[in-house]
Amino acid sequence: MEPLMAIVVGLLYAAAIYMMLRRSIVKLVIGLMLLSNAANLLIFTVSGMTRGAPPLIPEGAMAPAGAVADPLPQALILTAIVIAFGVLAFAVVLIHRAYEIVKADDLDQMKETDT
Amino acid sequence: MRPEVALPIFIALTSGALSLAAWRSSWIQRWIGVLGTGALLASSIWLLISVIEEGHVVMHMGGWQAPFGITLVADLLSAIMVLLTGMMGFAIAIYSLATTSKSYEKFGYFPLMHLLLAGVAGSFLTGDIFNLYVWFEVMLVASFALLILGSERSQMEGAIKYVTLNLLSSAIFLTAIGLLYGMVGTLNFADIAVKLREVEDTGMLDVIAVMFMVAFGIKAGAFPLFFWLPASYHTPPVAVSALFAGLLTKVGVYALFRVFTLMFAHDPDFTHTLLLWGAGLTMLTGVLGAAAQFEFRRILSFHIISQIGYMMMGLALYTPLAIVGGVFYITHHIIVKTNLFLVSGVAHRLLGTYDLKKLGGLYKERPFLAILFLIPALSLAGLPPLSGFFAKFIIIRAGIEAEAWLITFVALLVGLLTLYSMIKIWAEAFWKAVPEGTNTDRLTGKQADTGLIYMYVPIVLLAVCTLLIGLYGQPIYELAEASAAQLLNPDGYIEAVLGGGQ
Repeated sequence: MEPLMAIVVGLLYAAAIYMMLRRSIVKLVIGLMLLSNAANLLIFTVSGMTRGAPPLIPEGAMAPAGAVADPLPQALILTAIVIAFGVLAFAVVLIHRAYEIVKADDLDQMKETDT
Repeated sequence: MRPEVALPIFIALTSGALSLAAWRSSWIQRWIGVLGTGALLASSIWLLISVIEEGHVVMHMGGWQAPFGITLVADLLSAIMVLLTGMMGFAIAIYSLATTSKSYEKFGYFPLMHLLLAGVAGSFLTGDIFNLYVWFEVMLVASFALLILGSERSQMEGAIKYVTLNLLSSAIFLTAIGLLYGMVGTLNFADIAVKLREVEDTGMLDVIAVMFMVAFGIKAGAFPLFFWLPASYHTPPVAVSALFAGLLTKVGVYALFRVFTLMFAHDPDFTHTLLLWGAGLTMLTGVLGAAAQFEFRRILSFHIISQIGYMMMGLALYTPLAIVGGVFYITHHIIVKTNLFLVSGVAHRLLGTYDLKKLGGLYKERPFLAILFLIPALSLAGLPPLSGFFAKFIIIRAGIEAEAWLITFVALLVGLLTLYSMIKIWAEAFWKAVPEGTNTDRLTGKQADTGLIYMYVPIVLLAVCTLLIGLYGQPIYELAEASAAQLLNPDGYIEAVLGGGQ
């Protein structure tokens, strides 16, 4: 499973960077979205995938019996998803406003502040 | 329970929530701004005193012991940074009384300012790497919103670059956290530091270290990914620029200091040499970029970049004296840079522009303002007896002692070019006569302006700090020295977090 996930993560990063290098601001935001998803999937993969062993402690015991899945990465990913979602909502509004003001979906038209 | 560690974050968040509750009354929001940041300043002084007495102040959130719970830790570096956050927050809150326009207040300027301060203070105080990521995002979201409040074209253009590069940096940071977690299975700074000592696969460790370097380097505005900074910092109102200039990039620098002294000190030959190159190129590109500019705040923005280079140089040389210099430099820089932005705001208020070609006559009409400009400007360039001289002196001496001739030469050259830029501003904005076509009603006092007093108060306070650090720098130096000793000897930090209860 891990090799497959590694390939998927790599493809997501590649697609994200490719999209971010395009001139269109819409594609830029799609790239940002893919990038955060790639990072989340990477956390999920590198922290080790365990099948069919939920981290539950049997009644009366103080520690789980045997090896169980690590619950922490899911908490991390959940937090990261929420943050990425909020930031993405902001970015979408930002490009909408920028499009209204600049009247172009082209990053090359946005060089006024650089000179 | 150690309330003083959590108090700065708590106060900033509470003031933000209170100003949200007073959404309709800008009058109440303003005074919550002043009182809240004042309380933040007071609590940060309390924190610094506790830290000086005890070395490290640790608090485990919810009573979960490290490394399982989230830990808040204050060592001297954190405490100094939080104190500076409080000072800058307070100065900006007073300044904002005069400069914040109605539309900004209506769309939540003050709540966002508090949220930004909470994010900054949280980043300085947390002892957990994922928590650091969360605080970074809190700070970023607040800064995004502050940056675009005015909805002008330049703000949108600047914001797109700012948002893109900062999100890219966050993604790299998150990736690095993931890889690190996969390697050591913990998120607590101290626990990571302990476990990394036993890691044998140093190749992978170098990869992770460089990813952290890139992520924090972008946030700090270091070469080569610094260009979001000069594209965006001159677009919002000046109080926002000043707050950003003082605090945001320094959070990146702080994270570099923390990570590359505590966790990734396994291979300084590789990581710190890389940092050293980054530092030299950051200094040079920043100062050369500034030389080409003729806009007050853009010049200052480029100088933030060149100054970041000095701080990174302090870290990269990695000798006790160099770290002292780095900490001293951060302290000096935050005060001076914020102050310069505040002065540029007064110039804008008097003459209605930031363009140096249209500015002029400030020395003749407002000699007091000219002096207030000269103090931070000459301090930035590093002239004695101001704070910048000692900051540069320590760093350059550390460079000579480490026999890093090239970087020392660059540092000296950049100091000279900084002086050139400051003299350019002086000659254009202050010395030359007012150009034709510039409205001088406010400058000559024909049009009364009662708000100016609120702008002068923080400028004078910060200028006094600059002078004090210059003339009576011994306590600050000792503080920086103690802080460097803590940074170079991470066992104390690890012991404080992992060994022992509340």
